[in-house]
Amino acid sequence: MNKLLTIALKDLTLAFRDRAALILMLAAPMTLTLGLGLVTGRFSGGDNTRGLRDIPVAVVNQDDGPLGRALADALASSDLNGLIEPITVATADDARQRVADDEAAAAVIIPAGFTASVTDLRGLGDPGGLAHIELHANPARPVSAGVAQSVVERFLGEVEANRLSAQVAVEQMVASGRLQPADVPATVQALAQRQSDEPNAITIEHTTESGAPPPAFDPLAFLAPGMALLFLMYTVTRGGAQLLAERDGGTLARLFISPTAMPMVLGGKVAGIFLTAVAQVAILIGSSTVLFDLRWGDPLGLVLLVPAVALAATGWGMLLTSFVKTPQQIGGLGSAVMLVFGVLGGSFGNFQLPGALQALGRITPNAWGIQGFAALGDGGALADVLPNVLALLAIAAVTFAIAVVLFRRNGFVKK
Amino acid sequence: MDAILEVTDLAKRYGDFAAVKGVSFDIKRGEIFSLLGPNGAGKTTTISMLSTLFSPSSGDATISGHSVTREAMTVRRAIGVVPQELALYDELTARENLNFWGQMYGLGGDALKRRVDDVLAQIGLTDKANDRVKTYSGGMKRRVNIGVGLLHKPQLLFMDEPTVGIDPQSRRAILDTVLDLNKHGTSVLYTTHYMEEAQELSHRVGIMDGGQMIALGTVKELTRRVGERETLRLHLADDADATTLAIAMRAVPGVIEASATDHQVVVIVPDAEAALAAIVTKANDAGVRIRSLDIEEPNLEAVFLHLTGRALRD
Repeated sequence: MNKLLTIALKDLTLAFRDRAALILMLAAPMTLTLGLGLVTGRFSGGDNTRGLRDIPVAVVNQDDGPLGRALADALASSDLNGLIEPITVATADDARQRVADDEAAAAVIIPAGFTASVTDLRGLGDPGGLAHIELHANPARPVSAGVAQSVVERFLGEVEANRLSAQVAVEQMVASGRLQPADVPATVQALAQRQSDEPNAITIEHTTESGAPPPAFDPLAFLAPGMALLFLMYTVTRGGAQLLAERDGGTLARLFISPTAMPMVLGGKVAGIFLTAVAQVAILIGSSTVLFDLRWGDPLGLVLLVPAVALAATGWGMLLTSFVKTPQQIGGLGSAVMLVFGVLGGSFGNFQLPGALQALGRITPNAWGIQGFAALGDGGALADVLPNVLALLAIAAVTFAIAVVLFRRNGFVKK
Repeated sequence: MDAILEVTDLAKRYGDFAAVKGVSFDIKRGEIFSLLGPNGAGKTTTISMLSTLFSPSSGDATISGHSVTREAMTVRRAIGVVPQELALYDELTARENLNFWGQMYGLGGDALKRRVDDVLAQIGLTDKANDRVKTYSGGMKRRVNIGVGLLHKPQLLFMDEPTVGIDPQSRRAILDTVLDLNKHGTSVLYTTHYMEEAQELSHRVGIMDGGQMIALGTVKELTRRVGERETLRLHLADDADATTLAIAMRAVPGVIEASATDHQVVVIVPDAEAALAAIVTKANDAGVRIRSLDIEEPNLEAVFLHLTGRALRD
């Protein structure tokens, strides 16, 4: 066991003496995280701010009905206090100008007659008859504009749900004879009025599984794990390349003719890749905590999740290595897989991928890892990431098993 | 003197290709035994089997009585191997390399530290011990490569072409190291395609060609096979066609063998002085300019030429 550890520590040392590797293992993910943090405004809010805060949104309410007021109130609600800073303006042109002048991340323009178009029975089943809320996004602040958009979409979702339930209720009452067709318009107006009169008819609700109030939204909590896991795939494929380089360069043969059992030698090599991966993620977690004030969450959860992620990635690294013959080949293949896994696994954000690709993403360490880190960052505990850890261990078991079969079949060790 | 290594009908096949075709020899304790032969003769494959890296297709060998096929771990503890490749970690220092490899041979603690210091002194790199190997010259790397093989004080040291690609000064230092190790009791199996090295170092020499052991004995025994023959080595101008001249030389009366290699033509004759005039005339007739000419006593190259009809470095 001593020899296994000696080989692993030697490989760890070599990895951290390789300047090119250090750039891709540590500098690149940190730089990208920093850059994306700047794009999202993560670092623009003063010393004590974390994440997106006080997003300026120009609001124009030209509707004289309750739904227009409800949306304007929702944007100014205490739920969004600190996240969105609504700026009430008089005209749509004024709102658009504020966006053009970069004074606002987005403009929300509620048209005249919005409430009436929703509550008018003639609008039911005819979306074309509805008045449309305009969201004018600032292209220079895509993430902030996206936040404003998600709030408005959430509001409209509530409105649409209420509208449809009213339609169903009225149709059933007519069908059962409890409502005469002639009385439908008055009933619909009354239902709509009641919906909008309810004090909390439309609210923005944040929830967590634990029921505790959620921490402030921090884009780095998604970006940093995403980047760390993206470049983790580089680290493990680099480890595979080093294994092939040792075979070609003669050091692996020299290890095999030392009084060290072959499984110990190969185990040491794999352990070296695993340790390097763990060290990489640990350093990225530590440095982003110190430099970016990023909270990664429950330390116990991290102690379980980080090795699981590293092991799954190492399994993938070995599997990819078993497919190739030269260090150069694994370098090319590794870069491609790193990017594909980054997209499928969510390292670049939550793209709306087709269902099949989303399912395919579940074979990547990125997907399970990012989800686990997000859960911990969102206040989750060790128990919350256990499914992720188990999934990652399953990935590791399957990839290692296939890699061993392929290494044996391809005659990795010439005898 | 008892044998530390006994090789019996050792063979290695890769599909239809036979890399080693059943070689047998032994090495006595305290002996330097050289395997001499051109590239592709099967020397490295033989060492790879003896050092337990490759399994033989047939045959076996014992080292201090332990079979290389059945007692690999015991054999590995008894042998040191200096591979032809520089099997080192460039990003580690010489001391770190030696520390690492020492641990692979079961050394540790103070014993490892002392042994590393001793080996660094032995290979003359104490002053550069903490420099990374990547900053070393080829000769210095070769010396570290040898040092790794010495760490655990092996009974038998395998050295596979340890002087390939280095300057004459480093080469001399390595040959002196081998002689010094042997003086202190280490048995050595040394492979080379440099006739001069085998001739200088070896108590006995095995000549390999095409996977077979074609001759075995002391240098004196082997050269005696050639009989009373001398070697004329013609050093030609760079633009000369050595191959054509070698063929032409075979027609000169009294020439037994003639072979071309590296802008040289090696001519075997019964009496060099007597044949000299005819050989120079032949070269002039062929339009080849001779830069210099050596007359050599019977040597291993002449033996190889005699046995195979080819020069050792063909």
